[in-house]
Amino acid sequence: MTTVIRVEDLHRHFGGFHAVDGATLEIADGSITGLVGPNGAGKTTLFNVVAGALPPTSGRVFMDGEDITGLPPHELFHEGLLRTFQIAHEFPSMTCRENLMMVPGSQSGETLWNAWIGRGRIAQEERALLKKADEVLDFLTVSHLKDEKAGNLSGGQKKLLELGRTMMVDAKVVFLDEVGAGVNRTLLNTIGDAIKRLNEERGYTFCMIEHDMDFIGRLCDPVIVMAEGKVLAEGSIDQIKSNDAVIEAYLGTGLKNKETAS
Amino acid sequence: MDFLNAFVALSNFVLIPAIAYGSQLALGALGVTLIYGILRFSNFAHGDTMAFGTMVAILFTWWFQSMGISLGPLPTALLAIPFGIAGAAALLLLTDRVVYRFYRAQKAKPVILVIVSMGVMFIYNGLTRVVLGPDDQRFADGERFLIGALDFRRMTGLEEGLAIKSTQAITLVTAIIVVALLFWFLTYTRTGKSMRAYSDNEDLALLSGINPERVVMVTWLIVAALATIAGVLYGLDKSYKPFTYFQLLLPVFASAIVGGLGSPLGAIAGGFIIAFSEVGIVYAWKRVVAHMVPEAWEPEGLLQLLSTDYKFAVSFVILVIVLLFRPTGLFRGKAV
Ligand SMILES: Nc1ncnc2c1ncn2[C@@H]1O[C@H](COP(=O)(O)OP(=O)(O)OP(=O)(O)O)[C@@H](O)[C@H]1O
Ligand SMILES: [Mg+2]
Repeated sequence: MTTVIRVEDLHRHFGGFHAVDGATLEIADGSITGLVGPNGAGKTTLFNVVAGALPPTSGRVFMDGEDITGLPPHELFHEGLLRTFQIAHEFPSMTCRENLMMVPGSQSGETLWNAWIGRGRIAQEERALLKKADEVLDFLTVSHLKDEKAGNLSGGQKKLLELGRTMMVDAKVVFLDEVGAGVNRTLLNTIGDAIKRLNEERGYTFCMIEHDMDFIGRLCDPVIVMAEGKVLAEGSIDQIKSNDAVIEAYLGTGLKNKETAS
Repeated sequence: MDFLNAFVALSNFVLIPAIAYGSQLALGALGVTLIYGILRFSNFAHGDTMAFGTMVAILFTWWFQSMGISLGPLPTALLAIPFGIAGAAALLLLTDRVVYRFYRAQKAKPVILVIVSMGVMFIYNGLTRVVLGPDDQRFADGERFLIGALDFRRMTGLEEGLAIKSTQAITLVTAIIVVALLFWFLTYTRTGKSMRAYSDNEDLALLSGINPERVVMVTWLIVAALATIAGVLYGLDKSYKPFTYFQLLLPVFASAIVGGLGSPLGAIAGGFIIAFSEVGIVYAWKRVVAHMVPEAWEPEGLLQLLSTDYKFAVSFVILVIVLLFRPTGLFRGKAV
């Protein structure tokens, strides 16, 4: 198995607080890797650093062996690294369709000049984008929302739109920050199926933060556990669940509770 | 009672001047609102950007005039506008490179950028004065009136005259064209859409592969065009004096804020609201009222709410009222 993302001794401090405190991990090409850990373990912060939203205090991030530490998000996007946000982001004043159509960014190579002159070619690209956006909305079973302003969507629908964003281009690695949180069972299954299909049919590698252990268990192998900014353990879901250190890290915040509840 | 004469007087002294002034404010406010929406700060240097672009246009106008190039009945300055825009664009892009980019990289807070823009304002201010001096400059030529007051009276036989200055007509036509182009650009081109996306949600725009430096550059180019066009139209219509342009900052900002900072539609509405209020409040209504009431009731005073010297107070008061009762502006821009 080749490694697509490698995080090496990553630190990210906020003042004196060490949110990520020497995390080292690898994500295998073609895998759906789970990232779990108690609240405040530093998972989202790790994502932010890897995806270029925050500079690291120290440490390195590699993609396909190349150092990508500190590259801005729009450059990582063109390398095929995408992420979704824990608190869903959208362009509120645009419709769902327009939201998705924004995704290929400035790829079309539009210059101020051919914006005026080369309308034909651009119109053609726009039509292709429109078709793609409609397919994605269809795939996510929300085609009835295509003309709705994204700002008016429910929390769960916004999560779907976030996932849809990653489907507009051929991504290599996608970081999903709790796409399943606050989403009902049916929708959760839709999301789970979408992730599986993207992984199998289009070769997406996923790294997903999730708190729902069932959901993780169904999709992810391996699972990485973080606590207090460090990687605590890694393995299959069963190995993780029976790992003493993990159970201890969760005690009080409740892997056990979750187990009994579900 | 004579409503026709009253209406003509109203048009002549209030409606037409306010429409022209409103168009100029709207173009100015559009620049302010675009910077606020995309670069996320209130640009205090905007008045002086207008002054600088206009100055470049004036220099070219003089040059054209000395070469005998003219547009016939239209002011030569219209020919010089593209050069003014190029001058302003060069200045803005240079400023961005040496000043704003540094603060963007630091992710500086908006309030810091506001103060930085004040520094930039003083520099532009000095630059314009060094080149052109602080005095009034004349650069308007061409036909002065589209319709003269005397002609109008002769044609209609009315007691009141109606004059439409050609600069007023040019202002309105130009403003309509510019606004239409701007909205077309923002709505239909990919670059325009990525600007709106960047304004909506910067983080997400970056994640959609939108290059922020490009968005910023295009924004400055558009701002240079809007500022120069607004400045030249204002200068043609009234007069050009660097200090006047600095003073325009207040009504321009009032327009943008009243409409809702970050909202282009709001900037246009705000421009007209401020212009109509300002012109209406400093106008002596005696003349209009005299046509509408029986002679016995004719008012003795001038019916002028505020003397012209206080016209800037109008923008200020409207600004305070809007900020108190609807801080996001009429069109719900971003919170101020
Ligand atoms: N911008 C910031 N400034 C200061 N502290 C921060 C910042 N971002 C995160 N933190 C702190 O870092 C710690 C880790 O936060 P992070 O969001 O990475 O946790 P998480 O593992 O994603 O938790 P959750 O499961 O609740 O989403 C938290 O204690 C948080 O308060
Ligand atoms: Mg988190």
